[in-house]
Amino acid sequence: MNSFTFTQATAVAGAVQDKAAHDDSAYIGGGTNLIDLMKENVARPTHLIGLKKLGLDTIENLPDGGLRLGALATNADTAWHPEVEKRYPLLNQAILAGASPQLRNMATDGGNLMQRTRCYYFYDLATPCNKREPGSGCSAIGGYNRVCGILGTSDQCIATHPSDMCVALAALNTTVRVSGPNGERTIKFEDFHRLPGDHPERDNTLEPGELITGLDLPEKGFSKNFSYLKLRDRTSYAFALVSVAAALELEGTLIKDARLALGGVAHKPWRDKEAETMLIGQRATVDTFRRVAAKVLENAKGYGANTFKIELAKRAIVRALKQATEMNQEIDTNAFQNSNP
Amino acid sequence: MSQVTQAPLAPPPVALAPTQPVSLNINGQAHTLQIAPWTTLLDALREYLDLTGTKKGCDHGQCGACTVLVDGKRINSCLSLAVMHEDSHIQTIEGLGTEDKLSPLQQAFIDHDAFQCGYCTPGQICSAQGLINEGKAKTEAEVRELMSGNICRCGAYSNILSAVMEVLNNEGLIIEDKAWSAGATKPDMAPVEPPKK
Ligand SMILES: Cc1cc2nc3c(=O)[nH]c(=O)nc-3n(C[C@H](O)[C@H](O)[C@H](O)COP(=O)(O)OP(=O)(O)OC[C@H]3O[C@@H](n4cnc5c(N)ncnc54)[C@H](O)[C@@H]3O)c2cc1C
Ligand code: SF4
Ligand code: FES
Ligand code: FES
Repeated sequence: MNSFTFTQATAVAGAVQDKAAHDDSAYIGGGTNLIDLMKENVARPTHLIGLKKLGLDTIENLPDGGLRLGALATNADTAWHPEVEKRYPLLNQAILAGASPQLRNMATDGGNLMQRTRCYYFYDLATPCNKREPGSGCSAIGGYNRVCGILGTSDQCIATHPSDMCVALAALNTTVRVSGPNGERTIKFEDFHRLPGDHPERDNTLEPGELITGLDLPEKGFSKNFSYLKLRDRTSYAFALVSVAAALELEGTLIKDARLALGGVAHKPWRDKEAETMLIGQRATVDTFRRVAAKVLENAKGYGANTFKIELAKRAIVRALKQATEMNQEIDTNAFQNSNP
Repeated sequence: MSQVTQAPLAPPPVALAPTQPVSLNINGQAHTLQIAPWTTLLDALREYLDLTGTKKGCDHGQCGACTVLVDGKRINSCLSLAVMHEDSHIQTIEGLGTEDKLSPLQQAFIDHDAFQCGYCTPGQICSAQGLINEGKAKTEAEVRELMSGNICRCGAYSNILSAVMEVLNNEGLIIEDKAWSAGATKPDMAPVEPPKK
């Protein structure tokens, strides 16, 4: 680790000012990603601004029926908050599918959005990587890319965003609240993370110095029919190869509303609104789900070691939608006979 | 005497950022350390306070050997800076029991032969204590899942599991086993009566 100074901020405005006053400075939440990257010399901030004393660790009901997650609430406190367990169980499942209990006790909700890719070459200073060193090249294209993306990639970078929590947040239409040198603003979740394009060094659309202060969940939580399905190399404590957040609103077997987002496949949580539209108004059957899965992966591109993800993602979509549907006791389960996706 | 012209001295190396006083409450005792901000909590414990029960395995949050309890919650001390823990109460393996009176988990680990080399053990025990404090895991499947942040290279997992189950059992938190993994529905979390022995 390089040397740096540390201050504990006690107010949002002070933190934002402190950030602007120091070149190469960084906010630090739980530190579980930043300190790791600093130990690897991938991140080398010369000044850290601690956020734990900002008083942003609360989780509160909003007047419009939604729920506000403070940016400094830990992932564990969020997953196990009674309102989240009851109204947003998809979020509870996605958080608990990620990392380990120790890490979730440290990791903050704001930090989770900001965590960087797990592409091996991003961590390996000896290899070219456009995300770490713009213009140096991409070692994953033509290299070992088992963990890399298949959707929305560019010829500059094929990395994925590794978060589980963010896949659920994308499906749930979350709004990100930020505060920066130019005041406060909100960002729709789908606009928060970006695709790599020609600037893979930029993971998201935060402006320099902006601080995430909270995440607003809208009232609708799809608490009856949902599934977070995570597929990985071991059953726990590993990043997703492919994950699916599926949420349905059903009337019998009729799909009234649907949400579908994927993790582990792209530079951002991959929400597919066209697929959602295809689902709405249809019967919840495996045939419907297969058609939708084919559509989501229509433009997918494999890079060799990760090409298996295309078929894996299709099957995961079908299974997650099926799991979400089957949570509803009233449905006609005959619709699922002979379906082993 | 001939005059020797000396080349100007090389500039001094860039000064390291100064150390700062950091107050930590560890196992009920207050300590003030004069340390650099990049000192991890793990290094503060081991290198500055001689509390070497907490182990360094991977130093990257991947193994759980460095697990300690902060305000009763288990964390990886290798991915946390000591300066981030002023005002919090830190418990390490040294603070869980005494040599004369081991904590229930420490005793159970011995009774169940829940280690071989012992390197992962302090982290396993602190993690299991955190699991009990959380009160979320009751079944074997849940304990396995919620102990997955601790790796054991000796593969003592089945005995670790039975040690943790015994303590949970004595605390009266056992319900019958259910598969619990991402994708399955959440288990019923209501505590129930302990099985009669
Ligand atoms: C071994 C291991 C396994 C893991 N497995 C998983 C997994 O399976 N699934 C998963 O989803 N995640 C996993 N994680 C990642 C973990 O979830 C993230 O590291 C964590 O969520 C980051 O949160 P943090 O508060 O610790 O962030 P920090 O490390 O504190 O910060 C990360 C970045 O965010 C910035 N930042 C922090 N807070 C703010 C804010 N409020 N506003 C603006 N910028 C901010 C920091 O400057 C930094 O750049 C794993 C991590 C480890 C170490
Ligand atoms: S995929 Fe992206 S992060 Fe990975 S080597 Fe290429 S540029 Fe770097
Ligand atoms: S040493 Fe901290 S998790 Fe391995
Ligand atoms: S007992 Fe040797 S690593 Fe666990």
